[in-house]
Amino acid sequence: MKIIAAMSGGVDSAVAAARAVEAGHEVIGVHLALASNPQKYRSGARGCCTIEDSHDARRAADKIGIPFYIWDMAEEFHDGVVENFLAEYAAGRTPNPCLRCNEKIKFAAVLDRAKAMGFDGVVTGHYARTQIGPMGKTLHRAIDPLKDQSYVLAVLTTEQINGAIFPLGDTEKVDIRIEAEARGLAVAQKPDSHDICFVPSGDNAGWLRDRLGSEVGPIVDQSGKKIGEHKGAYTYTIGQRKGLGLSVAAPDGSPRFVLKIEPVTNTVVVGAREELAVSQLFGEKTIWCGPAVGAAPLRGFVQVRAHGAALDCSYYFDGERLVAALDEPLLGIANGQAMVIYDGDRVVGSATICESA
Amino acid sequence: MSVYLDHAATTPIFDVALDAMQIALRKVGNPSSLHTEGRSTRKDVEDAREVIAKALGCLPSEVIFTGSGTEADNAAIKGLFWKSGKKVIVISSVEHHAVLDPARWLVEHEGAELIEIPVDTNGVINLDFLKELIEKRGGEIAVIAVMHSNNETGVIQPVGEVVKLAGEIPVHTDAVQSFTKSTLSYKELGVTSMALSGHKVGGPHGIGALILRRAYEIPALLHGGGQEREIRSGTLNAPSIVAFAAAVASNQYRAEEVAKLRERFEAGLAASVPDAYINGVAAERLPGIVNVTFPGTQSDSLLLLMDSENVSCSTGAACSAGVHRPSHVLLAMGHNEITAQSSLRFSLGANTTQADVDFALSVLPTVIARGRAANQK
Repeated sequence: MKIIAAMSGGVDSAVAAARAVEAGHEVIGVHLALASNPQKYRSGARGCCTIEDSHDARRAADKIGIPFYIWDMAEEFHDGVVENFLAEYAAGRTPNPCLRCNEKIKFAAVLDRAKAMGFDGVVTGHYARTQIGPMGKTLHRAIDPLKDQSYVLAVLTTEQINGAIFPLGDTEKVDIRIEAEARGLAVAQKPDSHDICFVPSGDNAGWLRDRLGSEVGPIVDQSGKKIGEHKGAYTYTIGQRKGLGLSVAAPDGSPRFVLKIEPVTNTVVVGAREELAVSQLFGEKTIWCGPAVGAAPLRGFVQVRAHGAALDCSYYFDGERLVAALDEPLLGIANGQAMVIYDGDRVVGSATICESA
Repeated sequence: MSVYLDHAATTPIFDVALDAMQIALRKVGNPSSLHTEGRSTRKDVEDAREVIAKALGCLPSEVIFTGSGTEADNAAIKGLFWKSGKKVIVISSVEHHAVLDPARWLVEHEGAELIEIPVDTNGVINLDFLKELIEKRGGEIAVIAVMHSNNETGVIQPVGEVVKLAGEIPVHTDAVQSFTKSTLSYKELGVTSMALSGHKVGGPHGIGALILRRAYEIPALLHGGGQEREIRSGTLNAPSIVAFAAAVASNQYRAEEVAKLRERFEAGLAASVPDAYINGVAAERLPGIVNVTFPGTQSDSLLLLMDSENVSCSTGAACSAGVHRPSHVLLAMGHNEITAQSSLRFSLGANTTQADVDFALSVLPTVIARGRAANQK
């Protein structure tokens, strides 16, 4: 096949591209320039879109022996990922931008462009597997549980999965580094990227405060009584305990946690730990990674964080929303988080949590 | 078959230049040394200087060798600015970055004021604007820089007219693309300074020349051994100078033949992509450059597709990280950001053949169709 290798400049995508070449594909390396300001592009310190990263990607492509180009996806990234991230926080929800990037950029803008240009698909360094069986091509967890990225890929439709190649899902990260070393790739020991790539400082709250302002508002208990002040409601997350700066102790002396964020009134609601517990999750904007699910409950797992646990549940689709009924209550769920349903290690689909009870 | 149509970026070194360079590389002797070997190398350099002077219609003493065309532009813009003691720099709005960026640097660091001469939709400067500007503020102008021909479109500028209007104001012209490809006489143009480059004319990389009027001294960028009229210190790059001159002397660029191939290419373009249009089409242009806008496409997609069909061309401008940016040249000619980023430059060279042109034309329809499909997404 003729495929585009999305090369971030990291070790994973470099090895993925090399493996795709070895598998007999005709591969062209593409680095996505995602920062909208070229100055930032030059000076960014870490993440996936600095000039050093594009250089590393180029050198990896040279080593592998494939053509290399840079695609400017800054506008798409800004509109589809950064703006969405801000809007979600401003609305009191907790988004995952990596998921949005996969949904809007890597397997949408890039894959669509690649197909139009006569390519058959996109290869990335994500840790996930695909299998071909009675249900067609399906998405599965990677072998390495610590690196498994199927959660952030659970926004891919069957068509997108058909155009995606994930050569790393059957290997542990430690072995990818060894392989990169053996292949002579200079990025073999490059540290993993962490944090959010467009928040190079790693200071998520500060970044949000700079863009959304830091309007002081009340922190209230469940009765509505004001017990403190905050500096921007969206810099808090559901379940957060530290950094609330509350001087008034709870009547029973127990610690208090963020229960709710109300952006309209700029209010943060706190309460006892038990209040965080939920046993039902409701999600909107459902995406099926394979066959659609109906109203009859099925047994499986739900995961609500990128590296969270797989929780036993029953799940079904009520015609509008994806619903997961948890066997054990779960603490600290924020609207905006993605709920991803697994059948064993197969990704069934995902939805954006809009309610929990 | 693979076809190279990016000769404006760099063109293959001529065999005569390569041969001359190999011989020169084997010789020892710093041209500044006084002994036999030094004198021998010095003779090679001075012979080369005379060859270039003759080809250009200037005096040998007016040829100052530099490391590149960019260095020559920088030396001229900064040097003429510092020498004058005046604050206004006037350049065309379509200058190469080698002129534009030093001018902007002088604005940021030396308190200069930069005024750009607008161009019409064919990319030719507005002489009336310049005339009026000189009438109003002539006494404040340190230097006027107007390129001889544009590197992206090949459009030739009326530099002779600029010189007439300028009077006593120094005029610099970047003639990197024009040298050996169009009628170019330093003396007849009457400019103060001119920039040339070796690797654009069949010579090697890493050699350029600043042509500067005799006995007209400007502050240097590089200080040291006092070579090249103390304007450009540094051991003379004799092998590259010799090869540069050999390429010029060989006179291999056949402008009429290249122009015919370009016309063939343009006719083929018009037939296969009817809505494509050539930028600067109504202006006088260099024989070898065609800048085409393909509506409904993105040039970086087109470049990738042309490249995978083994045809090398150019998108024009890119930032240092390789991200394609809209060309300031096309924007100045009235393009918007979208159409400016839907354009490709094809540039033909001394060794371009009809088969090359025909091959490029044969892959165009598929490339444009795919490029358009990719742009719909």
